[in-house]
Parts: sequence; C-alpha cells; structure tokens
Amino acid sequence: MRFFGEPIEFDKQAGIGSPVWRGRAESGAELQAFAVAAHRSGGRLAALWGEDRRSDGEGFRLHAAFGLDMGHAWLGLDLPADNPAYPDLAGIFPAANRMQRATRDLVGIAHEGGPNGGDARPWLRHGAWPADWFPLRHDSGEGREFSNSPSDYDFVQVGGEGAHEIPVGPIHAGIIEPGHFRFSVIGERLLRLEQRLGYQHKGVEKLFVGRNLAEGARLAGRISGDSTCAYAWAYASAVEAACGISPPPRALLLRALMLERERVANHLGDLGALGNDAALAFGFAQFMRLKEDWLRLNGRLFGHRFMMDRIVPGGAALDLEAPALAAIVEQCDAIGREVKELKKIYDEHAGLQDRFVTTGAIDADLARELSLSGMAARATGLLLDGRCWRQGYTPPPPWSALGVRPATDERGDVAARAAVRFAEIFESLRLLRELAVGLPDSDLRVEAPPVAGGQGLGVVEGWRGEVLVGVAFDGEGRLARVHPHDPSWQAWPALEHAVMKDIVPDFPLINKSFNLSYSGADL
Amino acid sequence: MIPMLRRILRSGIVSEPPPETAAEREMARLGNEILRILGRALTIRQVDAGSCNGCELEIHALNNPYTNLEGYGIKFVASPRHADLLLVTGPVTKNMEHALKVAYDCTPDPKLVVAVGDCGCNGGVFGESYASCGAVENVLPVDVRVPGCPPTPAALLQGILAAVRR
Ligand code: SF4
Repeated sequence: MRFFGEPIEFDKQAGIGSPVWRGRAESGAELQAFAVAAHRSGGRLAALWGEDRRSDGEGFRLHAAFGLDMGHAWLGLDLPADNPAYPDLAGIFPAANRMQRATRDLVGIAHEGGPNGGDARPWLRHGAWPADWFPLRHDSGEGREFSNSPSDYDFVQVGGEGAHEIPVGPIHAGIIEPGHFRFSVIGERLLRLEQRLGYQHKGVEKLFVGRNLAEGARLAGRISGDSTCAYAWAYASAVEAACGISPPPRALLLRALMLERERVANHLGDLGALGNDAALAFGFAQFMRLKEDWLRLNGRLFGHRFMMDRIVPGGAALDLEAPALAAIVEQCDAIGREVKELKKIYDEHAGLQDRFVTTGAIDADLARELSLSGMAARATGLLLDGRCWRQGYTPPPPWSALGVRPATDERGDVAARAAVRFAEIFESLRLLRELAVGLPDSDLRVEAPPVAGGQGLGVVEGWRGEVLVGVAFDGEGRLARVHPHDPSWQAWPALEHAVMKDIVPDFPLINKSFNLSYSGADL
Repeated sequence: MIPMLRRILRSGIVSEPPPETAAEREMARLGNEILRILGRALTIRQVDAGSCNGCELEIHALNNPYTNLEGYGIKFVASPRHADLLLVTGPVTKNMEHALKVAYDCTPDPKLVVAVGDCGCNGGVFGESYASCGAVENVLPVDVRVPGCPPTPAALLQGILAAVRR
C-alpha cells in the first residue's frame, strides 16, 4: 500500500490494535518527500526517535510515525554507522524540533539543515553527561560516572523598550513537576514564552534495554503516573503486534474500562483545579471530592488507586466480578448527576467564564501545524480522537463497536478545554456503563512469546491525547528498544503560542487548562 | 449563588478523622507537639525532583476535602524560604540535583526532609543511572521515608506527622 503517490511501500501491522502501516524510506530525500506530502494532506508528525542497530551488523535507524487520515504510517530510515545523519524535518513539521534534538542527545544521530541551519541546542542533555557520549548507544558502557555541571541555555532574547524577562523554575510554586519557563514581558503583557524542559529526564528509555516483557510493562506504567493505563495499553499493544498475538475480548474491554476511568479521574481533577485557578474554591473542593470518591473505588476494585500494572502484554492482570461492575454503574450514575449540576454552576458563573473565555486561545490551523493531538486539539474543533470513527478511519476494537462520540469545541481557549472535559466525562460515563454491562466471557490473558527481532507500534487515545509506544526485540526476545511518546511533546509548543495574547497572571490558568506532562516527554 | 449553596449544604462536611488511631486526642496532642516544636503551624514545600507524577497525584489528594490537611494547620507553601519541611519525590534526576540542593539550602533551619514514594526512598523502578541519582538521601539528609508506588494519602499524612514528631 502507498500513501500520496509516494514510492514507499507500506504493510499493515499485524493484530487488532490501532491501524499502523510500516514502511522503509530508502533515503533521507525519500523520507523528506514523504513528510512534505503528509504535511500537505493535513497529516501530523506523531513521534520521532532513533535506534542503534549496529549490534545486528547494521547502522542506526531513524523512526518517524505520521498521523494520517486512516491511521499511522511508521517509517524507518536506515543510517550508516559512521555518519548517522538525516535531513531536518522541523522545517516541515515544527513539532520535530525537540524530538530531533532529543534523538541527537540520546542516540547521537543528527538532523542536518533546517530553519536557520537547524537548532543546535541540546534538549535533554543539561550537562549531566558529555556531548560526545550517547546513552542509547549499546556500546555506551554501563554505570558510567560523569561530573554533573548544569549548562546554560541559549534562550531567544526579546528586545525593545520596556521588555524584560521573568525566569520561572525549574521548581514551580505548587505541587507540580519541574520545568523552566522564560517569559518575555512588557508590563504584565506576555510577549513570548520559551520553555526549557528535560529536568524530569531519568533515563527511562535506557532502562528498557535488555529487560523482559513484564519488567518493561512495569516501567511503561510509570512513564507518566497520570496516564499509567494509557501507557500500559500502548506498550502492551506494541508488544502484541510484535509477537503477532491479540488480547482476549474480555481483557480488551477491561482495558477500555480502565482507560476511561483514568480519563474521568484526570478530567475531574483538572476541572477542580481550573476552578481554583480562577478563584472558585467551591469548584475545587467539589471536584476534588468527586475525584477522591472515584479513586477510592479504583482502590477497592482494582487494588490500586491509579490501576497501575493492571494492563499487561497479552491481556489484563485483573478481572472484575458482577458486584464490582454493579458498583461501577452505580458510581457512574451518581457522579454523572453531580457533574451535571456542577457544569451548570460553572457555565453560569460570570467570574469564572470571564477568566475562561478568550483566554489562552489557539486555533485549528495552529493546532494542525503543531501536530497537536487529543483534548487540546479537539478544543480547537479538530475531530481527532483515536476512539472515534471519522472519514477514512475505523477505530480499533473495542471502540469500533462502542460508537464513541467525539467532543469538540471551536473556541480553542480555556473555556473550550473545560467544555471538552465536561463533554468527555459524560461520554466516558456512558461508555463505562456500556462496558460494565457488556463484558464478554473469555480468557483474561494469552501468552506473549517474544519473536526475535520483532517490532511493533502501539497507539492509545489517552486522556491528554495520543500516547504511542514503539517496541523492538533483540535476537533473544528481550527488549532492545522501547520508545514511549507523550502527546505533551506536541502540546508544549502549543502552550507557548497560547499565552501570547494574554497577561502574566493568566499563565497558571492557561497552563492548567492544558495540564501537560513533564515526565512523559522528558523520559 | 443559590445552586452553589445548595450543593455545599448537600455535600456536608466530608473531612475525615486522621488515619492511624483516628483519635482526636492524638490529633490534639500532635497539634500541640507541632506548636511546641515549630512554635507555629507546619509549612511544607513540595519538590518534585524527578517523579513520574504519580506521587504528586496523591500529594494533591491531601488537599481534598476528605483529608483536609489545612485543617491540621499544615499548609503547602510556594517558597522553600517559608517552609519547615521539604516533601521530596524522586528519583532525583541529575538534571534536578542542583535545583533540589538550592531549594534545601534556601529552607531555614531547623528543617525536615520527607522522601516520598519508592522512587524517593530507594530510586524505585528508575534506580541510579547516567540520568538519575536515585534515592533522595543520595542528595540530601532525609528524616522520614514514605514508601509506596505511589504512597496513599493516609501513608503520606502519617509520614508528615512522623517527621514532625522527631
Ligand atoms: S514511587 Fe511510583 S508513583 Fe511515585 S514517582 Fe516513583 S514510579 Fe511514580
């Protein structure tokens, strides 16, 4: 199969996960031409990462996954061991910028050319290891010790009379992950925000190397704690594609049930926090109470408040009996009633709406240009949801049978991101009720015998957006390379744009309305 | 306004007695102890030094109306300069090592450090590597450890109280 009349041949990945087509570019020029064609047709750059394949007598491989109308096109480009370089993609997809820099920092394969000669600044490497050492090369050596000397970062300077900078972080005021924000302001007007992230980089990708499948699953569930189910599922789905197996139907529905519970938990918390940031302590208290009720039921039914380690390669690690399913239905009814009431209060609260409406706005064109996915993209009106049918796209099971209704809102502002969350809570509650009464009888889990050299890509629509995990086995069936990709990679730059028409005091609210992951993107 | 008031009335007060013995006497004693030790209420600066954010979700839960931490006179503050206690999640990444040390140095003496989560206690699944210093105690002196992945709000509360009691 071919896309856009480009010469690259694609084969559909095995299994019942999200639709993925795999292909190989013969040259950098071919990759670049494909990227241009994908961009022209409204496609997204979904993920980009590098792999050291020299132990197999090859060189390096660049992986690029593109989100297209019908699913994902996963392209590999082999690079020579002595000069692993590929043409820049950031001039086509701006989202490539940070991914390319991270790939260079970790694998030592570099992009060439690009806007202004390419962005040469490191991204994840802050000075904890030298520039000529690459942790994801297999010959990088175990347990190397380097002196840790934090490096300066070349922020873009904003000139002009009255302009000054406000540096914030890496430690923020509040209970939140670390990152650095550099604001350029005149008075309290925001002219520019530039982020420097990577503070959460804890070497996750290297930890996957050489692990068995179960160890990999535990790690995948800890890439970003608020999305543990999404990551565990995406990882399992990638492994299953690589092994050529499919999870049993009951396990598939249980996974969906956990993913939707994760979505509701996060949306409840965010709606409370949004109320709080707009000085409505009432909203915070009410939503945090509902979230706590929700997590407590998780704890009771799943033995873990965030359902960590319950989704595993080959199926699910836990079953739910009839009383548990009844409790879920009952809770959905109760919480649904309360959220409906709270939504009315939020909608009619003049002070809240005054803070929400027009604040932190981005439009659909920008969202498309930045390859944005998920909730923030839908809040600009883009119909992008891996669980939903759309022109040319058939969602994978179990979504295909559930008829998930996407939530969109054209406004692109804080109000839209709140509205999409409300709508998604109601839809998730509906799905949860359907899932709870419709679990088929089947096994919970099948064996996942790793296939030497197997590869797979898993894609899951998490609460924040599209979570991808790419997996490659070595000759012994252990994990040779795992690349988890968080939707925050694409959304962080969107936040930089979203603040530009606003004032400094609006930043916390706008930031919260995106609620992006640091750990998930810093890895 | 009316629907809000109605909602507030219907929700009632959901704050629960503290975990452990759940005895009010114990809480009163602890309150007195906090006052004796610190001369005022307890202020906490939370520092995420490299967590997966799972631990933060449970620390957030301490502020929900069920646990109602502020009801004990325990409050999260924005600056380490105003803090009595650092609540640190880990593993401490190499990229956060410096910032964590600065936050510690900015915290006035006497100060307490509570290491949170399996990662904060021993590095957890991430351990020590080119990018991770592992446990918080590899970077700072630690008074109390609260294991768990993530620890429950009740375990966190107990850890905080244990630190104050020291
Ligand atoms: S202890 Fe668990 S929840 Fe906490 S940071 Fe570590 S992996 Fe995440």
